[in-house]
Amino acid sequence: MNIIDMTIHELHAALKGKQLSSVEATTAMLARIAAVEPQVGSFITVTSEQALAAAAAADQIIAAGECHLLTGIPLALKDIFLTEGIRTTCGSRILNNFIPPYSATSWEKLRDRGAVLLGKLNQDEFAMGSSNESSAFGVTRNPWDTTCIPGGSSGGSAAAVAARQAVATLGTDTGGSIRQPASHCGCVGLKPTYGRVSRYGVIAYASSLDQVGPLTRDVADCAAMLEAVAGHDPKDSTSVDTPVPNYAATLTHGVKGLKIGLPKEYFIEGLDPDVQKAMDAAIETYRRLGAEFVDISLPHTGYAVATYYLIATAEASSNLARYEGVRFGHRSNKAEGLIDMMTKSRSEGFGAEVKRRIMLGTYALSSGYYDAYYVKAQKVRTLIMNDFITAFADVDVMLTPVAPTPAFKIGEKINDPLQMYLSDIFTIPVNLAGTCAMSLPAGFSAAGLPVGLQLIGKPFGEETILRAGYAFEQATEWHTRKATI
Amino acid sequence: MRYQPVIGLEVHVQLLTGTKIFCGCSTTFGAEPNSQTCPVCLGLPGALPVLNRKVVEFAIKAGISTNCSITPRSIFARKNYFYPDLPKGYQISQFEDPICQHGWLDITVEGEETKRVGITRIHMEEDAGKLVHGDLSGRDDDSGVDLNRACTPLLEVVSEPDLRSSDEAVSYLKQLHQIVTWLGICDGNMEEGSFRCDANVSVMPVGSDTFGTRAEIKNVNSFKFVKQAIEYEILRQIDLIEDGGTVVQETRLFDPNSGKTRSMRSKEEAHDYRYFPDPDLVPLVIGDDWIERSRRELPELPAQRRQRFMNKLGLPPYDTEVLTASRALADYFEAGVTAHGNAKGVGNWVMGEITRALNDSGTTIENCPVTPVQLAELLKLIDNGTISGKIAKTVFDEMWKSGKAPQTIVEEQGLVQVSDSGAIEGIIDEIMAANAGQVEEYRSGKEKVFGFFVGQVMKASRGKANPSVVNELLLNRLKE
Repeated sequence: MNIIDMTIHELHAALKGKQLSSVEATTAMLARIAAVEPQVGSFITVTSEQALAAAAAADQIIAAGECHLLTGIPLALKDIFLTEGIRTTCGSRILNNFIPPYSATSWEKLRDRGAVLLGKLNQDEFAMGSSNESSAFGVTRNPWDTTCIPGGSSGGSAAAVAARQAVATLGTDTGGSIRQPASHCGCVGLKPTYGRVSRYGVIAYASSLDQVGPLTRDVADCAAMLEAVAGHDPKDSTSVDTPVPNYAATLTHGVKGLKIGLPKEYFIEGLDPDVQKAMDAAIETYRRLGAEFVDISLPHTGYAVATYYLIATAEASSNLARYEGVRFGHRSNKAEGLIDMMTKSRSEGFGAEVKRRIMLGTYALSSGYYDAYYVKAQKVRTLIMNDFITAFADVDVMLTPVAPTPAFKIGEKINDPLQMYLSDIFTIPVNLAGTCAMSLPAGFSAAGLPVGLQLIGKPFGEETILRAGYAFEQATEWHTRKATI
Repeated sequence: MRYQPVIGLEVHVQLLTGTKIFCGCSTTFGAEPNSQTCPVCLGLPGALPVLNRKVVEFAIKAGISTNCSITPRSIFARKNYFYPDLPKGYQISQFEDPICQHGWLDITVEGEETKRVGITRIHMEEDAGKLVHGDLSGRDDDSGVDLNRACTPLLEVVSEPDLRSSDEAVSYLKQLHQIVTWLGICDGNMEEGSFRCDANVSVMPVGSDTFGTRAEIKNVNSFKFVKQAIEYEILRQIDLIEDGGTVVQETRLFDPNSGKTRSMRSKEEAHDYRYFPDPDLVPLVIGDDWIERSRRELPELPAQRRQRFMNKLGLPPYDTEVLTASRALADYFEAGVTAHGNAKGVGNWVMGEITRALNDSGTTIENCPVTPVQLAELLKLIDNGTISGKIAKTVFDEMWKSGKAPQTIVEEQGLVQVSDSGAIEGIIDEIMAANAGQVEEYRSGKEKVFGFFVGQVMKASRGKANPSVVNELLLNRLKE
């Protein structure tokens, strides 16, 4: 079997069985990155030297027989995760020269288990976007069709898995930023419950919505990655102190009797026929596996996109205030005086979409508008949360499309922000509700582009959606197909 | 027309926690610039705040001591504005639902009745860093940022606009200052900015019930300046109105050199802080058990202690006020009373000699070289006639310098009081023989010269003669 095609579990078995060393695996991945990177553009920074050194260290641990599932596995991180000593840009010119003095908790957890870092992945600037076109470091292309976007904002994280440049990756999801690119690139992507994974050292976009999660080749890998990064972190007050289950242990328990809700607001007129077809097939598969379907309603779904763009931009306008060239990052050399330096550094450092959202958010928080926009949005957010609580009284999981269409063309929506925002219509409500959801491969469009299905779980119900996803994966072969690149 | 000033105060109290409010960095003053920083207080990307429990405990204590109710679920908010010394571009503070609300303090201005001043709220927040200008890297127009102070915990105590004069404002401020230092939650150092005050001042015609437009005076850092700034501002506003002008809502800065306030920014230029709940911090839930525990841990507060000093120790109000100026002073006094027994006697010494010596040497009562027990021993030597009150002062000075016990000093220097009438009579005879003229004067009715003889006898005995024995014997001899 080709090294670059291996899952975490396959590679782990090969490492443990001494058929392969981590240095060999890492070398193979680095060669693959070099080969396809000109077409894909998944990476902002490739850390070849550090990767080979880490792989050599991992091989010693493996030789000593103290191997963890992730020891020696070559991974990559969205460039939103702080990595000590390794440039971290968040896809922005304003952090073009930022080398962090500390690491994100989630990366530390992977590193402590012996994982090997191949590099830092491309993304929409400050995670603001659904197509990876807002990066200051060039667009990332969809490995299934390089004229298409990979999705965003964790587009590099999805494309790298699909293009087999990394065994697995971490991304972040604020309004669908893991699930939508996973769907467009044909990989598995999970957004955990808010508070399940530490946000410490992850550059904040919208603090009440951001959550770290894995993108992988299959569900078993996804469970392993989640288990490694999940858990309470004393450095993140919003991380929840609840035990991390052994996700792998229940993966095979099947879906017999599982109650799956179909929210009617997600199966609307005008849904792309390829997406509709994949959903119909998925429902049929689950029925065959013994699951029961329940028609449910999430009545406030229609307000989710508007609510999201008030809350997320409001928080972002404040979160991004620290980028002013005083202590780190881009500093304008055209400035006169302190305030001018801050203004010009920001004007030069931020891209158009980031500026648009800072302005939207600043407006929503402004005196005289705060109640009408921010407070109103928080009230609607509560209604959306209540929709989920009510619906989950009757079902164990929900099944929905991830995105209304398969991946669209590069440039197609870049000048139409509203159309771009609507591509997250099925993923945003989950972030507002704070619960968990996973995207997994469920078919292909007529044009050969992947289509994902979304399983939404109860808060801290990752175990259930992973189990349901695993059952689906065992019954289908979509996840085994490889991108043509 | 006569005018009524209306004043409200906002006081920033820097808390004496060892570490910062949202990270584990030290709060020590005066360290090498930026040496007490970490990703959190530097506002680095990805860093998150974690609330220091000690800050909450201090805030609860301040709240209880100022008769506030403690909010069961309080919220941290972001106050957004740009400034180079504000690392995150926002200050974490509290806006809606602060930790303490609806309190009051009773204040007294000399010659007036006790007055109750409302406290609107007390909230927790982080301090900013500071800018340093000048030659930092070989150019004399450098600006630097020192973030050691960033994220240092503060309480902001906001009063109701209940104060009606500069004296009331100062009285309120002193009372608050005393409480926070008494609780040990603030060092009270106004020069270093540990306790700083903004004053909101307006005037309205006497009898009106509508407040005038207010000006906010920033950063007045001594009791004296608060009084000056408020008085200047009241007069400025009255003059303005009398001249047909109107007061505009603005922020003004007090200049201690000129004693005047000047405009800093107008209402139009004021920041829109865009407060909103900080999504990085969960709501702070404080249960009744926590409040009760804090209440039990509170020391006896100044007002309670004053009551006890008056009722139980029988001290007059003035003495009570002076002796409760600080918790350490009151503790010192009480330890002295315990060792000696006579509250009034100990009190006089603490207010007199001790205070004078502390002032002269620039020390504080915490570092007083004479312990309360030693003071009590000294007073006992006066009580049993071993030394006179006058000699006691000499002994006290020696105790201050050497730290020796009073008994030792008296013995070493032979300062035991002479009450033996034979010895004193001998001295009196010598003095009378040497000053025959004055004896004549006295006997011819000029009784004023009696003092001269007392002085001469005391001098000749090097102060050791018992003054009452001297008086008695002198009187007898002169009358002969």
